[in-house]
Amino acid sequence: MTGPSLMDSLFQRSIDDLIKALRLSPPGTETAFVAKAIDEIRREIKSTDPHTKAAALQKLTYLHSLHGLDMSWAAFHSVELSSSSAHSHKRTAYLSAALAFNPATTDVLLLLTHQLRKDLSSPNVHDVSLALSTLSSICNTDLARDLTPELFTLLISSKVTVRKKAIATVLRVFECYPDAVRVCFKRVVENLENSDLGILSAVVGLFCELTENEPRSYLPLAPEFYKILVDCKNNWVLIKVLKIFTKLAPLEPRLGKRVVEPICEIMKTMGAKSLVFECVRTILTSLSEHDSAVKLAVSKVREFLSEDDPNLKYLGLQALAIVAKKDILAVVENKDLVVKALSDSDLNIRLEALRLVMCMVSEDNVMEICRILISHALKSDPEFCNEILGFILLTCGRNYYEVIFYFDWYVLFLGEMARVPHCQKGDEIATQLIDIGMRVKDARSQLVHVARELVIDPALLGNPFMHAVLSAAAWVSGEYIKLSRNPFEIMEALLQPRTSLLSPSVRAIYIHSAFKVLMFCVHSYLKLNGEESLIPSTLTDSELVSDVEVDDHNMIATNGQAPSASSVTHHLTQESLLALVNLVEINLGPLAGSNEVEVLERSTNVLGLIKLIKPMILGSLNDSEGDQTNRELKASETVKLIFDSCSEDLGPVSVNAQEKVPIPNGLVLKENLDDLEEICGDIKLPVLTSFSLVRPQFAEVSNSAECQDKEESELSTESTSLLAEHRKRHGLYYLSPGNAVTVSNDYPPAHDPYGKAIVEDEDLAKLTEKSLVTGKKPIQSKPRPVVVKFDDGEVTNVVTNRTRIKADLISDAVNEVLLGDEATTSSSSRRKPPKSRRVTEDSNISIVKLVWEVANTMGMVKRGDVEPQARIKNMIAKTSIKVIVGCMVSTGRGTGRIKQWKLKHQSFLIFFYSNAFLTKILRSVVVINILVFFSHWNWLC
Amino acid sequence: MIRGVIIMNDQGKPRLIKFYEFQPPEKQQELVRSIYRVLCSRAENVSNFIKADSLFGPDVRLVYKTFATLYFVFIFDKSENELAVIDLMQVFVETLNKCFREVCELDIVFNFYKVHTILDEIIMGGQVLETSSEEVASAVDAISRPLSLSLSLPLSLRVCVCARALVSSCEWVLRCNRHLLLQLSLRVLEHGAQKYLWLNSTECFFSSLYFLLFRFV
Repeated sequence: MTGPSLMDSLFQRSIDDLIKALRLSPPGTETAFVAKAIDEIRREIKSTDPHTKAAALQKLTYLHSLHGLDMSWAAFHSVELSSSSAHSHKRTAYLSAALAFNPATTDVLLLLTHQLRKDLSSPNVHDVSLALSTLSSICNTDLARDLTPELFTLLISSKVTVRKKAIATVLRVFECYPDAVRVCFKRVVENLENSDLGILSAVVGLFCELTENEPRSYLPLAPEFYKILVDCKNNWVLIKVLKIFTKLAPLEPRLGKRVVEPICEIMKTMGAKSLVFECVRTILTSLSEHDSAVKLAVSKVREFLSEDDPNLKYLGLQALAIVAKKDILAVVENKDLVVKALSDSDLNIRLEALRLVMCMVSEDNVMEICRILISHALKSDPEFCNEILGFILLTCGRNYYEVIFYFDWYVLFLGEMARVPHCQKGDEIATQLIDIGMRVKDARSQLVHVARELVIDPALLGNPFMHAVLSAAAWVSGEYIKLSRNPFEIMEALLQPRTSLLSPSVRAIYIHSAFKVLMFCVHSYLKLNGEESLIPSTLTDSELVSDVEVDDHNMIATNGQAPSASSVTHHLTQESLLALVNLVEINLGPLAGSNEVEVLERSTNVLGLIKLIKPMILGSLNDSEGDQTNRELKASETVKLIFDSCSEDLGPVSVNAQEKVPIPNGLVLKENLDDLEEICGDIKLPVLTSFSLVRPQFAEVSNSAECQDKEESELSTESTSLLAEHRKRHGLYYLSPGNAVTVSNDYPPAHDPYGKAIVEDEDLAKLTEKSLVTGKKPIQSKPRPVVVKFDDGEVTNVVTNRTRIKADLISDAVNEVLLGDEATTSSSSRRKPPKSRRVTEDSNISIVKLVWEVANTMGMVKRGDVEPQARIKNMIAKTSIKVIVGCMVSTGRGTGRIKQWKLKHQSFLIFFYSNAFLTKILRSVVVINILVFFSHWNWLC
Repeated sequence: MIRGVIIMNDQGKPRLIKFYEFQPPEKQQELVRSIYRVLCSRAENVSNFIKADSLFGPDVRLVYKTFATLYFVFIFDKSENELAVIDLMQVFVETLNKCFREVCELDIVFNFYKVHTILDEIIMGGQVLETSSEEVASAVDAISRPLSLSLSLPLSLRVCVCARALVSSCEWVLRCNRHLLLQLSLRVLEHGAQKYLWLNSTECFFSSLYFLLFRFV
């Protein structure tokens, strides 16, 4: 590029010209114009003429500051111009430096040191203050270290403006270079006794910032601050002093006693609202044990609340929020004003009031408050309505539904909330519905009732915000179908035509729930028939008859006496069941051609099952051949097994559970699954023989860590004995038989009037403990699964670590100056980096990593979502779906895809069986699929 | 501590951006945009505070006030008193009023440097230095007095003077070297046409050039 010509400097645009031109440029051409201007500036800034250079730099700074243009390339020109003798040029240069230099990365910053030093000791006041303000903007460690001596001199400058600016700059210098404290601190403290208000306010401001980070070191200065508090009449200074005392008072109780009186005096006599508010805040945060003062403060808050100024109202509510943590009564006293503020026109105020109302929630009034709020939500605009709902959900769900006593009521209330127009909190409501279903056994019957209401209403299907809630309702009605009064009705609701409005993922849940309902009906039917001695004798002596089944027997039997369930069984005739099966078949038939994989596979899944059981139901109409009965028997066994695995309770899963599972040898999680193809290609895959096709794979799976069991097993292995064998070999991965019974008996009833202390997690603790204690082989190596409480608090602590250490460095130096050396040692001993925190955080990360890797390998969970809990849940959900998909593809579609799916299938199984917690949940699914798979093949061939 | 001061107009155009901790320019623009989005959604006669945790981190607040077409925004953390910051904003506006005599948006637009100088007198490195508008105004006066002397003529004036000089000098240069003059005026014309077409006052310049051309060609 050529240097600037005479023409360029003669006709150089000044900054005013630039701004004018920018304003006149037609919209849309601005960027082009700015680019042109930058080109000009690039040429002009190289000029040797300081005027031209300064004008160019001015324009560039303007464009940088207001149009966001990069000017890091011109950093050197700023430095160059700063040495100009003209003050205006200097000002331009320093302002561009202050606005554009990054203290951490701009490397020419060091070149500025000399110029800054020269200007700091210049006789011109303007130069000095310019240099000071630049230094406070771009200070880094090197600059701070090199310029500390100059700053030290300026701290006793006779000129007030210079001195107060120097004091303000000291803060940045201390932060960047804590050793400067040793040099400057005495002089800074001396300024505390200065009579000039400007200087005093600067010093007090400085101490206010310093005490914010580490108050303890400044306790020795308390007498000076006290003197200012009593003598000074300036609002600014008093506010800052009050801020300092807010930090200091909690450290030294005697100090609190001393200051409380003057503060109350100020509060009574001074008129400035800002000062009064600061007094109120100081008393409420740090002097809350002085009752009379608190009373006075709360009365001031009440005054604020009744003012018309929305700012005062807002701040008053915030002050109440401070009290709410310590003394809820003060809030309750002002309940009327708080509730009134709920209908204020200002969203800030409403939110603050809402937060306060939620603070007041306790076991006794939760129902009343929720009712008030929901009626309020119905009246207010959508945004605030959702805020209210969000707050209710948050408060009620806090700490495992701590405040909820009547779960039946809460479940009903959740249903009500879902129906509020504008409700966009569907996801949260859905989560709580499922969560309560899993955690609170006694709420289930009411939950099923609520779910029925939701599922059955065709109007709700049209609202996309409801879909999450509906999916939860569908899941609940499928999972707890035992408790339903009329499964047929639920089935109809799950298959109603308007379900086509649902998104595929929700639809898949609907279909799966329909599957569960179907299984339940078929099973109950078989039970009825079984009483007519149709039950196969082979089953009774089978190893598989576990206590879980016994439990079910009992349950059905007891339920049979209850009027609700008996109605189910009475209606269960062959005809009605057949009608039900046909209904399912008709409705799901078209879905087998759906474009959505989830929907397609699940409906195929159900249809496959129907194919299997239909002959059985029909069979009892015209049973003639022995072959027919044989198959029927097999089908009934399958149904029974599927039902059993479906009826096992799903429990909540601890986030840490994943971590507790050791990765089995030989399972490389990071490996791409495609590689498996090669490895497995070596294993002989006998084609077209039904059982040997699966058998070797299964055997390999079960011995994943051990040597491969190549023994060809007999072709006629029953699926049941296969499972039994597996159960025997890997008993530790299964729930021990019998624990379901003990646990279910141990559940404290929610309605128990004495059971006030039903804390959910305790229940859970009991639950998990039981399942371990009663386990057949308690394994020492596997620690007890932690109750579902994820210590989020740990993680956040680490973030603040670094700044704290920096603050400690300053306070070390302060201590040294104020108290002498002995204090330093004590304070530095405080400053041990909390190592244990790191560890826990790392391990948390490792969970995430592990889950993520597993999920990634399987290609199921998309990248991006890092929230561990959600991820695990997500993964579990997806995994089960995929297993079904996998199995069903292999059963439903010819042998061509079997190989492919077998590979994935295999890796899934390795993972499942290595993984206790997953197995607990997924066992049912896996078992279902294996069984369906087997019987299907048997049937086909 | 005050974290930043922003002035923007009611269309979201920034007029002054000052952060007391370094922010890269793209980040600044983004912050201004997101603040504007919040501001324009707020009704009149509501409280002036906005929680800015999502933009700046925990405990950081934002207070704004509307003066005519301008939003004044102060960003601060918990070591400042909310009501005091509103007062400070008032001081800032009063000072602007004193320095510009009935300040309006255009004053702030065209006096980028002076507004920065005023702000620097009130807040330095995030610390409040001065809360009396008289003091600030006199300090700014003292700084900008030598500054105004060194201000160069605006471009339009420079062009005019140049054109006049050209026209008056051409009378005698004319006879000596017609071609040279023609060349010179053509070059100036070309240069000016490229760069300064947007200036109304350039008209006189061009008219004089055309006058010259028509007279001698």
